[in-house]
Amino acid sequence: MLKIEGLRAAVEGKEVLKGIDLEVPAGEVHAIMGPNGSGKSTLGYVLSGREGYEVTDGTVTFRGEDLLAKEPEERAIAGLFLAFQYPVELPGVGNANFLRQALNSIRRARGESELDAMQFLKLVRGKVKALGMSDEMLKRYVNVGFSGGEKKRNEILQMAVLEPAFCILDETDSGLDIDALRIVADGVNALRSPERGMLVITHYQRLLEYIVPDRVHVLLDGRIVRSGGPDLALELEEKGYGELQAAA
Amino acid sequence: MPAVAETLETVRDVTQGTYKWGFETEIEQEVIPKGLDEDVVRLISAKKQEPEWLLEWRLKAFRAWQSMTEPTWAAVKYPPIDYQDAHYYAAPKAKADGPKSLEEVDPELLRTYEKLGIPLKEQERLAGVAVDAVFDSVSVATTFKDKLAEVGVIFCSFSEAVREHPELVKRWLGTVVPYGDNFFAALNSAVFSDGSFVYIPKGVRCPMELSTYFRINAKNTGQFERTLIVAEEGSYVSYLEGCTAPMRDENQLHAAVVELIALDEATIKYSTVQNWYPGDAEGKGGIYNFVTKRGACRGRKSKISWTQVETGSAITWKYPSCILQGEGSVGEFYSVAITNNFQQADTGTKMIHLGPNTRSTIVSKGISAGHGQNTYRGLVRIMPRAKNARNFTQCDSLLIGDQCGAHTVPYIESRNPTAKVEHEATTSRIAEDQLFYCRSRGLTEEEAVGLIVNGFAREVLKELPMEFAVEAQKLLAISLEGSVG
Ligand SMILES: Nc1ncnc2c1ncn2[C@@H]1O[C@H](COP(=O)(O)OP(=O)(O)OP(=O)(O)O)[C@@H](O)[C@H]1O
Ligand SMILES: [Mg+2]
Repeated sequence: MLKIEGLRAAVEGKEVLKGIDLEVPAGEVHAIMGPNGSGKSTLGYVLSGREGYEVTDGTVTFRGEDLLAKEPEERAIAGLFLAFQYPVELPGVGNANFLRQALNSIRRARGESELDAMQFLKLVRGKVKALGMSDEMLKRYVNVGFSGGEKKRNEILQMAVLEPAFCILDETDSGLDIDALRIVADGVNALRSPERGMLVITHYQRLLEYIVPDRVHVLLDGRIVRSGGPDLALELEEKGYGELQAAA
Repeated sequence: MPAVAETLETVRDVTQGTYKWGFETEIEQEVIPKGLDEDVVRLISAKKQEPEWLLEWRLKAFRAWQSMTEPTWAAVKYPPIDYQDAHYYAAPKAKADGPKSLEEVDPELLRTYEKLGIPLKEQERLAGVAVDAVFDSVSVATTFKDKLAEVGVIFCSFSEAVREHPELVKRWLGTVVPYGDNFFAALNSAVFSDGSFVYIPKGVRCPMELSTYFRINAKNTGQFERTLIVAEEGSYVSYLEGCTAPMRDENQLHAAVVELIALDEATIKYSTVQNWYPGDAEGKGGIYNFVTKRGACRGRKSKISWTQVETGSAITWKYPSCILQGEGSVGEFYSVAITNNFQQADTGTKMIHLGPNTRSTIVSKGISAGHGQNTYRGLVRIMPRAKNARNFTQCDSLLIGDQCGAHTVPYIESRNPTAKVEHEATTSRIAEDQLFYCRSRGLTEEEAVGLIVNGFAREVLKELPMEFAVEAQKLLAISLEGSVG
């Protein structure tokens, strides 16, 4: 479903991704772990087309198409979703309104009918409830004044409403309390399906107890230095990255 | 930041194609020859069959105007205006005394307003909104007049008010903006041709929104309308004006005067959605909008609230003000002004606190893109009698790109030590991460800019009457939209 080959990318003239090969087939969940500054978020941004993250080499195919040729919004329409490590505040923009516009522009692009305010509210209320959030969050401005955990939950709400084909979760677990972590993980698991792929970036094995990955990859200094099954996360938790770093 | 550069690009690309109101109506016009002197003033007055006192008032204004010079303190630049090179009266040809009913209105005019989204015909009228349609120099139709008359509300064209309610016009005209107030107000007082008149009797809450839709059509014509609103004791009215003009390469002058009077415990809410033709992407053409708007809170606990969404005009020079005379009276000014391409806006307000316990609130949101220049100029003056007066001012500027400018010029004069005046100002740019966040959720760059700009202006937009808030939101987005699909 997502196939990354020899991907190199630079930010502000500095090479951050130094040749990444990774394939996530439909139906699978892959986890990416790695020390601070190793390029995890950069990978997420490059995949979703953020400007300033310059691809210098390599290819990315998504559902058979050249992903890198697309604008960010076209990638969203193609079914890619990035849950941000640091969700962005949009003062004065109502959360529900934002979500509805996003959903409708994606539906429009796919030739589906747009949802009116009533239909949308019905849809979103159900999702809000499932994520243990209050309706009041819909009335507030996007991420403005949200606590760290609320912001993360709001990302998952967006994901649940947009139902993307491929989800990248960038440290969605950071800043969540134990209960919230379980709720968010349930939300993510609810989206798991044979047609959907996921890339879960995390520092903690704990999340992977709830969202059990098919594969775990270690990103170190812009390269994937090791891949394995779910046990790899446990091993890393125990030993840290020291050994891998020394070997690299 | 490449994303911002691209936004700039899209924003700068605004071409004539995006000004959707730029068409011209083919209609037989009666236009008097170019130029301005006492005879022209007399001619206008005669055409309108005005009483002697009004002609005298116009002539006094004209003489005052002749001795005045154009103000130069505003931060706007334009070549000298040749006041002799314009027509001062243009009207669609009609029966001598104007159309009696909509059936007599030229169908071409009705179609024009329909195209502008202001249907005047009975079956298509906007629900709950009475409209006075002013086309060039004259009012062509006023809807729902009878229904309003049932509760004693007078809503009609200025000319009709002069004919039907001369005592009211005579009593209030020029009492807030005297004929010699400033250069443009004096010019208006001499040559004004029409406008709207509103009178709300004591204790009446006007049962619907009132609105006037101004349209400039004729070439080389100035538009000078006057609006006068009187709210008697304990009454309430919400009034909205909208305006558009065809696209023309030459600049056209619009110099209006608005006077509001609120007596004891009366409230006037005055909203403007100003969308005069702003000129093209190179700065050619567009309306020069030099407008004097002032409200007097004469009565105790009276309130005047100005809300303006200024997206059009090549130049905007306008300071809707409140004279807070009555004890405990309240003045409000909520403004969004967008300048794109080569538009210039110097706008703000004056809050003159005369009475004790008077309060005022100013919220100004300036958005600049392209080479646009946006100045907030505001005066808060607390006079010695204004014990415990309060003012709060918030001025926010949003910049899109690095060729535009935002300027804040607050003047604060307090002559009463018990007064409290607060001023807050911020300047920000549309952040790249906000744009990317929106786009990563499937919104195009234009939609993202529209959303962020509307968010920035939220505090002001929520003050607009519901019927118009959605329109205004779309307008903000369109004003910044590029021609790219
Ligand atoms: N906009 C930027 N400007 C300059 N350097 C950047 C920028 N974005 C990322 N970098 C650099 O690229 C490297 C990788 O950053 P990235 O955010 O991808 O790391 P990460 O693996 O997500 O780290 P963390 O676990 O702390 O979130 C870091 O050295 C970072 O400083
Ligand atoms: Mg990161």
